[in-house]
Amino acid sequence: MKISQLVEVLEGKVVCGEQFLDKEVQYGFASDLMSDVLTLDSDKLVLITGLNNLQTIRTAEMADIECVIFVRNKKVLPPMIEIACEHEMVLVECRFSMFNAVARLSTAGLKPVY
Amino acid sequence: MKFKYEIEGGNFSKAGNASSEVKKILKQLNVPPPIIKRLVVALYEGEVNVVAHAWNGCIYVEIEPERIDVKIEDKGPGIPDIEQAMQEGFSTASQAVREMGFGAGMGLPNMKKNADQLNISSKVGKGTIVELVIFLNGKR
Ligand SMILES: Nc1ncnc2c1ncn2[C@@H]1O[C@H](COP(=O)(O)OP(=O)(O)OP(=O)(O)O)[C@@H](O)[C@H]1O
Ligand SMILES: [Mg+2]
Repeated sequence: MKISQLVEVLEGKVVCGEQFLDKEVQYGFASDLMSDVLTLDSDKLVLITGLNNLQTIRTAEMADIECVIFVRNKKVLPPMIEIACEHEMVLVECRFSMFNAVARLSTAGLKPVY
Repeated sequence: MKFKYEIEGGNFSKAGNASSEVKKILKQLNVPPPIIKRLVVALYEGEVNVVAHAWNGCIYVEIEPERIDVKIEDKGPGIPDIEQAMQEGFSTASQAVREMGFGAGMGLPNMKKNADQLNISSKVGKGTIVELVIFLNGKR
């Protein structure tokens, strides 16, 4: 699916990377623990997290993750946007709980990694 | 080519800066992306370990045509039982570290998975040295 579709089902707000909404994503991984994220090697992965700090962005950078969804109404902070823009990531804020967001994404066709 | 970076223990706002710099360099050198990912994931885990568990440290990276050598040396509490620390899920991370998104006990096992060679030595109360090698010609 395209990132734009995912933003739609989450009724999300794109805070960075507006120009990359046509990129394709295939897998989703939901976690607030970054070392678990760093064990994955899937491409076209979306990270769904409630952790809104710089390490979330650094983790996405190291793991080549191009799209991060922040659930539970967590706000993306300015230093995060700066690094995310530099690495051409899409950051999306979403007011739903992790469970709700993940259920919607799964219904929309995003696949689990394992 | 040799590079050196300093790491401040406890400072999560800077954690990952060194790994990010190394990633930029490897991209410029046209190292294949899967190798870059393995190296920077292992390096970042090592960098975060210094921030999370030690007082301060240094990262040394040496890039040669066939291999990349990384040494992460810190002053800190050291690791009393390295075999135990290498097990998936083992973590002594503080509550503050967990709130930063770390403390799954996956860092060291993941470094082992991504590196072609990993060597850890540690002295309790003094510090830890983590050395890892990744080969660039597919020789694993
Ligand atoms: N540089 C270090 N200095 C002192 N202790 C360390 C160091 N690196 C790792 N350790 C010890 O080894 C344990 C396991 O490390 P590991 O990186 O696997 O997990 P973690 O850092 O606790 O959590 P995670 O990496 O999953 O976020 C740590 O909890 C800590 O007790
Ligand atoms: Mg760790």
